[in-house]
Amino acid sequence: MTAVAIRPRRIPRAGVWAASLFVAVVALAALLPAVLAHGSPSDVDAVAALRPPGAAHLLGTDANGRDVLTRIVYGARPSVLAGLGATALAVAAGTVLGLLAALGGRVLDEVTMRLVDVLLALPGLLLALLVIAVVGPGTFNAILAIAAYTLPSYARLVRAQTLVIRRSGYVEAATSLGLTRGRIVLRHVLPNAFAPLLVVATIEVGTALVAAASLSFLGLGPRPPAPEWGAMLSQGRDYFSVAWWMAIFPGLAITLTVLSVTVVGRHLQRRVEGRLA
Amino acid sequence: MTARRTVAGRIAARLGTSLLVLWGAVTVAFAALHLTPGDVADVLIGDSTVTPEVRAQIVREYGLDRPVPVQYLTYLGRVLHGDLGRSYQLHESVGEAIGSQIGPSIQLALTAFALAATVSVTVATLTAKRRRWVRGLFSGLELVGVSVPSFWAGILLLTLFSFTLGLFPVTGGLALPAVALAVPVIAVLTQVLREGLEIALDEPFVLTARSRGMGDLAVRVRHALRHALLPTVTLAGWLVGVLFGGAVIVEQVFSRPGIGRLTLAAVAGKDLPVVMGVVLVSAALYVVVNILLDVLYVVIDPRLRSAS
Repeated sequence: MTAVAIRPRRIPRAGVWAASLFVAVVALAALLPAVLAHGSPSDVDAVAALRPPGAAHLLGTDANGRDVLTRIVYGARPSVLAGLGATALAVAAGTVLGLLAALGGRVLDEVTMRLVDVLLALPGLLLALLVIAVVGPGTFNAILAIAAYTLPSYARLVRAQTLVIRRSGYVEAATSLGLTRGRIVLRHVLPNAFAPLLVVATIEVGTALVAAASLSFLGLGPRPPAPEWGAMLSQGRDYFSVAWWMAIFPGLAITLTVLSVTVVGRHLQRRVEGRLA
Repeated sequence: MTARRTVAGRIAARLGTSLLVLWGAVTVAFAALHLTPGDVADVLIGDSTVTPEVRAQIVREYGLDRPVPVQYLTYLGRVLHGDLGRSYQLHESVGEAIGSQIGPSIQLALTAFALAATVSVTVATLTAKRRRWVRGLFSGLELVGVSVPSFWAGILLLTLFSFTLGLFPVTGGLALPAVALAVPVIAVLTQVLREGLEIALDEPFVLTARSRGMGDLAVRVRHALRHALLPTVTLAGWLVGVLFGGAVIVEQVFSRPGIGRLTLAAVAGKDLPVVMGVVLVSAALYVVVNILLDVLYVVIDPRLRSAS
C-alpha cells in the first residue's frame, strides 16, 4: 500500500485508451475465458511438455504440457477476483471504521485512529502473513489478509471526507429539517464521500492484485493445479533455467494488468479532482 | 526559543507515537494469539511435538491458567524484558532465531535502499523541469516501476543476467536481489523528489541563485534538492514496509537466507511465536527509522534548529 500522495500527471490519451482496452480484455478473460482461449487450462499433454513459444503454443507449454496462454486466460478470474475481493472488503470495513471515527464521538475517534496508525506502521505483507498464520492459507484467507492491511488507509480517507461533509451546508440543512442521523449518513454523507473513495480504490485494486499474487507466489493462496497467475509464476520459478516462458508470461500478465488499472485509476483521479476543485 | 520548543515538542510527540506503535504491535500480536482457533498453549506449540512437562511449563510461563487481562499483562511484561517467546519448532528462542537470520535481510535492505536513493536522486535532479518528452518518458518508466511485482522483477533479472548472459551467480549474489527490491522504491522516490524539485525550482531563491551566476546543476544540487528531500521523510513508514516486506519475497525468489525464509517457514508450520516476533521487530525497526529520520530532518532543515 503506497500511502503516498503523488499529484497525478496527465497521461497521454493513447495511453489511457490502451490501458482501458487491456482492462476490458482482462475483464473478458475473467468472465468468459472460453472466448479467448481454446482447450482447457488443465489439459495435460506429456509429449508437448516444456515447448518454447511457437505456432502451436503461442506462449509455450509448462512442465505438464499445459498451454501457458490458456492457463493465463483462465488465471484471470481467480487473480482479478482476489484483488477486487480484497479491495471491496477493505473499502467496506474501512468505511464503517471511518464513519465510526468521524461520527462516534471523541473517544471512539481517538481509539480508531490510533489503531489505524499502528496498522499503518506495520509492514503490510508481514501483517498479511500474521493473519494467514492465524487463519491458515487458502484463497479466501489470502483475500482476508490483504483486506486487513489495506483497510486503514480507507478508514482514514472516509473519516477525513466525513468530517468535511458534516460541516457542509446541505448536511446542516438536512439536520435542521429534522432528518435522523442514520438517514443523513446514508443519503448525504456516504454518497458524497464515495467518489474520492472509489477513485482511490480503483488505483489500489492494482496493489491488492500484486499482494494477492505475492501470497500465491509464496504458496499461501490458491493451491497449485488452479491456474492463478502468482501460483503459475511460482511453479515457473522451478523451471526457469530451462523454460523461461513459464514464469515470464504470467508475470507479464500481472504487470500489464496492474499498470492498466493504475493508468485508468489515475486518469479518473485527475478527472474527479478537477471536478471537485 | 520557539525553535527549541518546536524541536522538543517534535521529539516528545514522536516518542509518544513510537511507544503507541510498539504497544499497539504487542497488542495486535497478543490478539492474534487469542484469535487463533484452539487452545493458546497448542497455538504456541504449533505443529511441533512437545512433552507434557514442556506444555505445563508454557502454561505457567504465559499464565494461561489465569484470566485473559492477567495473561495480557504477563505477555506485555515478557516483551518489555526482551523475551519474545520460544519457537518449539526450531528449539530456540524467537530472539535467537530472528537474531541469527536478520543479518542477511538488513544487508539486502540497506543495499537496496542505497541503490534506490542514489538512482532516484540522480534521475530526479537531472529530469525535473526538463523537456516534456524527457519527463513523460521517465514518468512512464516510474509507472511501470510501481506496477512490476518484485518477484517478477527478480525472475526477469535472473533470466536475463544469470541464465542468458551469465554475468551474475544464480544464488548467493547481492546485486540482483538488491535491484529487484529497489525497483518500486526508485519509482516512488523519483516521483516524490521530482515533484518537490519542480516546486522548489519555481521559488524566488532559485532565481536569486541563478542571478548570482550559479550554474544550473549547482542550483539544483545545492539549493533545490534540500527542499525536495523534506517531503520524502514522510515516506519512512512506507519505505520500511516495502524493504522489509519486499525482502520476504525477494529472498524467496533468490533462495537467500534471512527473515523472509524464517517467516515463511513459521507461517507454514503455524509457528506463531516466530511470526509475532518478526512483526514486533519490524515495528521496532519502524520506530527507530522514524526517530533517525527526525534527526535527519533537523539536519536538512535549518529552520528547525535552535535559534540560540
